[in-house]
Amino acid sequence: MRDRNSNSNNSGRREFMRTGLAVAGGLALPAGFASRVLAADQPPIGTWPAGSQGDSVFIGIAVPRTGTYAVQGEDELKGYELAVEHINEGHPLIKAISPKTKKGVLGKTVKYGVADSAAKPNDAVQAQQRFITENKAILLTGSTSSAVAVALNKLAQREKVLYVAGISGSNDTTGKDCVRYGFRQNFYGETAANALGPVLLKAFGKNKKAAFMTPDYTYGHTVTKSMNDFLTKNGGWTMVTNQVSPLGAPDYSSYLTNIANSGAEFLINVNWGHDAVLSTQQAKQFGILPKMKLVIPYQIPFLAPEVGPDVTEGVYAATDFWWTLEDKYPLAKMFVEAFQKKYNYRPEWGAENAYMEFALWAEAVEHAGTFYPPDVIKSYESPRKLNSMVGEVEWRAADHQLIRPVIIVRGKKPGDMKNKEDFWEVTEIVPGAGVMQKPDAFGCNLGAYT
Amino acid sequence: MISWSNFVSQLFNGLALGALLALISSGLTIIYGTLGVLNLAHGAMFMLGGYAGYVAYEASGSFIVAVIAGTLFLGIVGVLMERVVIRHFYSRPHEDQLLVTFGLAIVYVEGVRFIFSSLSKTVPPPPLFTGITSLGFMVYPTYRLAVVGIVAVALLALFLVLYRTRLGMIVRAGIEDSVMVDSLGINVDRVFMVVFGIGAMAAGFAGIVNAPVVSLTPDVGEAILVQTFVVVVIGGVGSFTGAVLGGLIAGEIISITSMFNPGYAYVMLFAAMTLVLLVRPQGLLGTRGRE
Repeated sequence: MRDRNSNSNNSGRREFMRTGLAVAGGLALPAGFASRVLAADQPPIGTWPAGSQGDSVFIGIAVPRTGTYAVQGEDELKGYELAVEHINEGHPLIKAISPKTKKGVLGKTVKYGVADSAAKPNDAVQAQQRFITENKAILLTGSTSSAVAVALNKLAQREKVLYVAGISGSNDTTGKDCVRYGFRQNFYGETAANALGPVLLKAFGKNKKAAFMTPDYTYGHTVTKSMNDFLTKNGGWTMVTNQVSPLGAPDYSSYLTNIANSGAEFLINVNWGHDAVLSTQQAKQFGILPKMKLVIPYQIPFLAPEVGPDVTEGVYAATDFWWTLEDKYPLAKMFVEAFQKKYNYRPEWGAENAYMEFALWAEAVEHAGTFYPPDVIKSYESPRKLNSMVGEVEWRAADHQLIRPVIIVRGKKPGDMKNKEDFWEVTEIVPGAGVMQKPDAFGCNLGAYT
Repeated sequence: MISWSNFVSQLFNGLALGALLALISSGLTIIYGTLGVLNLAHGAMFMLGGYAGYVAYEASGSFIVAVIAGTLFLGIVGVLMERVVIRHFYSRPHEDQLLVTFGLAIVYVEGVRFIFSSLSKTVPPPPLFTGITSLGFMVYPTYRLAVVGIVAVALLALFLVLYRTRLGMIVRAGIEDSVMVDSLGINVDRVFMVVFGIGAMAAGFAGIVNAPVVSLTPDVGEAILVQTFVVVVIGGVGSFTGAVLGGLIAGEIISITSMFNPGYAYVMLFAAMTLVLLVRPQGLLGTRGRE
């Protein structure tokens, strides 16, 4: 009895000490170590652990390099490439965003493959499926079309591989089509409308008539709706016509003829990529511009150099980033300088978005201390302030949308341009939290971790 | 948004759009009718014409020089293409012809993208045709008005070549029965080369004439190609006049539908093509049994 008691006491004490040590050790160890231990006990999921067992990890990038969005896709790709380079060498800019980064991600070199999506969902999904199967990709990215972003969201959730959106302006990407495995850094229809709307009302007043040009897919429809809702409810504006056209329409004359006959005072052009360039140029040919005032709710990289600053002069646009923000934000300055040095031009917002997506992913993984996807997702979701090129930002756990400012720009007069890329002046930096809808307002249901 | 002035405007707009489609389609239909080759590179050749003209414009500053350069360059491209590649495919299955012309299209498009990047290039209209003209019921870009005239002249020239010359007679005979033409002792091989060259020149001419209307990108021919095929199917394969009629019909369908619901403009175009295929499979002015 006694022995047994004493044994029991001994074992109880040993148990106590073991537990105590474990707790103390756990507290002393970096958080990452603990979750790595936990993750190691998990069954394989997606490309984990196969994709991160070697000394490198692979990212699948699908951007449009042909078609209507090719120009923007190339710019986006450069942002990704620069980010990978910076991550692998432990560049100060990456370290400013992801303080735990040394070289690579969790010490592993980042490699990537690039596929041309032509902004077509099927092409993008096929390419990414190949990256998952053949390269064990642990991260997918790229879009420049919300139709692609939504398709890749679904692929990511099905395959349990993380996806960070490239350019995607639809409310649906982190709205009704949001997924647990998808994340979006950039601004979108609703935030654009709520940031740009007040600026338009202040500049032009109430009760105006507007003609919309809308590309016929999720991006176009949601951006037009958000913009029109804001202007109608808050300013009494009227949508006198909404010209919906297919992606990559070869000619806009029919739509523009309707607009010319609509009595509108404003042309709100939601078209994007070359569609925006062509429709804007043709609007000028038809005399619609400058008779009507042009508004760009969702900025198009390279629009100004392509249509000319005489067309964009005085035009208001909402955007994610413009290079003159370097005067205000030190990280923006570092980015613009590094980008310009490598590519000989100043980055557009597609490149900034691409860079930030990778930098924020590196931060989330380093913070999690593991590549185990559910832990990385939880790392994204755990509340904390992050550094970015536009000041402090943070992820919204409920819909995986980054809370970040929307930048309002106005086209400069050709005579006021200080250099050949000085097309826009930043007129306002609108904080993100106030312009976002409630996380469930667009029907977001993130789904399962595993 | 349906008002009388808008309706008339759109009718007119359809005419301008249709004229361009007619010009591009005529080259495609002549080539297919004579050679039996469905040229999927036709859109890319249209694009090449635009870029060749752009280069000439940048060098000379003259729109007329650009038009001549774009057209001639494509004539040369067409002849070379026919001699080096296409003629080896006359006796091969249609799938092979589709694949090789599709492949050539990719080479042309990506070659241009490699040299000029994807950023769009613009060729301004000649000074005489810049600005806007008031037609009373509407204002219209002056150059687009001019395009209707330019295309009409070009189509007339093509018509005269096809219907009033010995070469045209041989071409038309070749469209009907190339074996018979060959057995009559006419060098069909050379005729084929010339026809391909003429078809390519029509595409090149359309490409540069269209350049001030659309800004040039390497992909500019892709969307046009689809419409061009629709035009050829509606008008009748191998029929020059069918291509003209088909072009005008396609232009009007897009314009008029856009007035009611712009989202359905292209749906209606394809619906019209389906209807033609159901009711008159050979196309409106096509001949039954012609391949």
